[in-house]
Amino acid sequence: MTTADDALLADLKRVLGDRVRADSAERALLRRDASVFDGGSAGPTCLCESTEEVQRVVRIALAHGRSVVPRGAGTGLAGGAIPLGAPVIISLSRMNRILEVDTDSRNAWVEPGVVNLDLTKHLTPLGYHFAPDPSSQQVCTIGGNVGNNSGGPHCLAYGVTNAHILAIEVVLADGEIVTLGGLDAEPSGYDLRGVFIGGEGMLGITTKVAVRITPNPPAVRTLLLSFDTPRDAAATVSAVIAAGIVPAAMEVMDQRITIAVENYVNVGYPRDAGAVLLAEVDGLPDGVDIDAQRISDIGREHGATDVRQAASDEERMLLWKGRKTAFGAVAQIAPNYYLHDTVVPRSKLADTLEEVYRIAEEHDLAVVNVFHAGDGNLHPLLLFDGQEPGIYDRVHAAGAKIVEASLAAGGVLSGEHGIGVEKQPYMHQMFSEDDLDHQERLRHAFDPACRSNPGKVIPVGHSCADIQSLRNVPEEVWG
Amino acid sequence: MSDFAKLVGAEGPVTVVGGRTRWHVGGAVHSDAREVHAPSGVVSYDPAEMTVTVRAGTTTAELTATLAGADQRCALPERGGTVGGSVVIGENHPEVSGRGWLTSSVLQVTYISAEGKVVRGGGPTVKNVSGFDLPRLIVGSLGTLGLVEEVILRTNPIPPRSQWVESHDADPFTIASQVLRPSAVLWNGSSTRVLLEGHAPDVAASLNSLTSIGSWSEVDGSFDLPQYRWSLQPAELNGCSGTFVASIGVGTVWRDEPQPRPALSPSVIEISTRMKSNFDPTGRLNPGRSAF
Repeated sequence: MTTADDALLADLKRVLGDRVRADSAERALLRRDASVFDGGSAGPTCLCESTEEVQRVVRIALAHGRSVVPRGAGTGLAGGAIPLGAPVIISLSRMNRILEVDTDSRNAWVEPGVVNLDLTKHLTPLGYHFAPDPSSQQVCTIGGNVGNNSGGPHCLAYGVTNAHILAIEVVLADGEIVTLGGLDAEPSGYDLRGVFIGGEGMLGITTKVAVRITPNPPAVRTLLLSFDTPRDAAATVSAVIAAGIVPAAMEVMDQRITIAVENYVNVGYPRDAGAVLLAEVDGLPDGVDIDAQRISDIGREHGATDVRQAASDEERMLLWKGRKTAFGAVAQIAPNYYLHDTVVPRSKLADTLEEVYRIAEEHDLAVVNVFHAGDGNLHPLLLFDGQEPGIYDRVHAAGAKIVEASLAAGGVLSGEHGIGVEKQPYMHQMFSEDDLDHQERLRHAFDPACRSNPGKVIPVGHSCADIQSLRNVPEEVWG
Repeated sequence: MSDFAKLVGAEGPVTVVGGRTRWHVGGAVHSDAREVHAPSGVVSYDPAEMTVTVRAGTTTAELTATLAGADQRCALPERGGTVGGSVVIGENHPEVSGRGWLTSSVLQVTYISAEGKVVRGGGPTVKNVSGFDLPRLIVGSLGTLGLVEEVILRTNPIPPRSQWVESHDADPFTIASQVLRPSAVLWNGSSTRVLLEGHAPDVAASLNSLTSIGSWSEVDGSFDLPQYRWSLQPAELNGCSGTFVASIGVGTVWRDEPQPRPALSPSVIEISTRMKSNFDPTGRLNPGRSAF
């Protein structure tokens, strides 16, 4: 360890005491997030417990010429939380208090480390929930949801995180504390709140969030439709949207993942179906019955071999449990998976899905598909054994083809996982130099010196200040 | 390079003119600014995709009519003017709870930069987190960061039934506890109008629930709204007095006089000032007008 590190640590410890971690085990743990990406290098980790502590840590890092990376639960799948250049890591998981709930105005102030599902559990007895429900909601945090503009199955009808955040308290990269947005109807000025959401921690560090809370619908109908092929399921999804129905959720799983889920949690999915569609409508009792019937009819017109409606809340929860544990279930098929995330127009779902199967076959990889079909959000999981020599090259090559196919279908790079380091190399395929230049200008308005989570999103080499920020770290530091 | 980009060029003060329906917002544009008009027309509309690509100079009336032809609508307020003007003003529809927030409905934006370049932000799909969110920045920017050429908007089905009802004795603040997702609850101090939308049996059931808190009659539409919008917190609305219409649960209040511009914090002003100078270093886009 160098003298420079000693001085940094000493300054951090003066603020946080033993809540600064710099041992090798901790640093090894925080080099990664839930993505397949490696290669990060963590500096000291600061377990902050207040906005003021975050501010002081940011200022100390700045004084020592180090960048900062905010970290929630580390469930990100695009490498957005991977520390580059041995930054000071600011862990927000201890800032996990629900500060205030106002059911009259339908909002709540929470700290960024509050776990997504914990917020909804807290709101349930009051008759409300927090609408964004990513699959990782049992562990992911509200701060992370803000950073990624997270989605989830129910954002089909309710919208992604951006639609559910009213205001954000942020510590900027220079240590200033600022509140973006407000609880009023149409806060004046540029919509810096809206811009900050999905900023992947590169625009500042979230320290407090005002979320919109959503009343629980009195009636919910959940349908499980079975099909011979994923194409039939996808065609049903397109037809439901075309019929003017906006269900609360429409999720498709192919046969391989359906069987894996059945083996894993045994929730009653059909093992013999080529694909299943989980569709949910919510609202008032009469309307949901009308929509459930229409979805069932449309399904049968498009080849549904069986349509089942959950008869009880217990059955409904079981059906959802199956969908939400799908990523865990793939472990039976292969030790590793690489989860992709692209979006295509809904009418292109079936074609793109077939292209995904073809690409996997071409690269001699197993693939399963479990995805947010309602908004065209594909989630192919490439399955492999990480021990196999050269396997990652094949996995990344197949991933590149999937991205290419999605863009060719008129889609986008990411629906809810973000760019991080994963999709950085593809940004040029979706955006021109001028587009990227303007994204960079936006970022510099918040963080002119590129001190907050540098090296992500904007392609490497595009941002001089980012490179500068990463190179400022002495080579021997935190080796 | 598009014709509009050539028209905007890279030098000299320039202002884009829509329908002039909100020309006063953000200050008077300098008189030496050259006036340009954005191109108009619906570029593509696939109702089954629930998105529409439309040029900024298109009137909202034309867009509304196009969407209505496929039983759809969008979040833009139908108050005259152009699509581009509505997007950069950023006002929400008075029935925002039914229509959705304008900012969430702008999926992609194409604008001409201060350097005369065509810049695109966002993407064509209903869900997208690819890079920094330029569309959110452009909504409400008053044309100070780029001049909008084209947008892709999310559309939504028009509900099977829409019914306004009015009560003179119901407490407007208790309506949300009686009705799930009313599309609007407007209160003028003496009476309350509620917009119920959805399947016909749901609308009937909602109206039935409302009778427990007052007597109601069907009416043809909303109140006439005073000209100026005030942005308040929903919790502040019960203090409203004078001539007003308040959107309960939302916080918008329409009045005859404009709201004094609230003071922004020094840090917000600092970010905003940097944003403006990063996007428009010479201050040539709509000079004199400011969004903050």
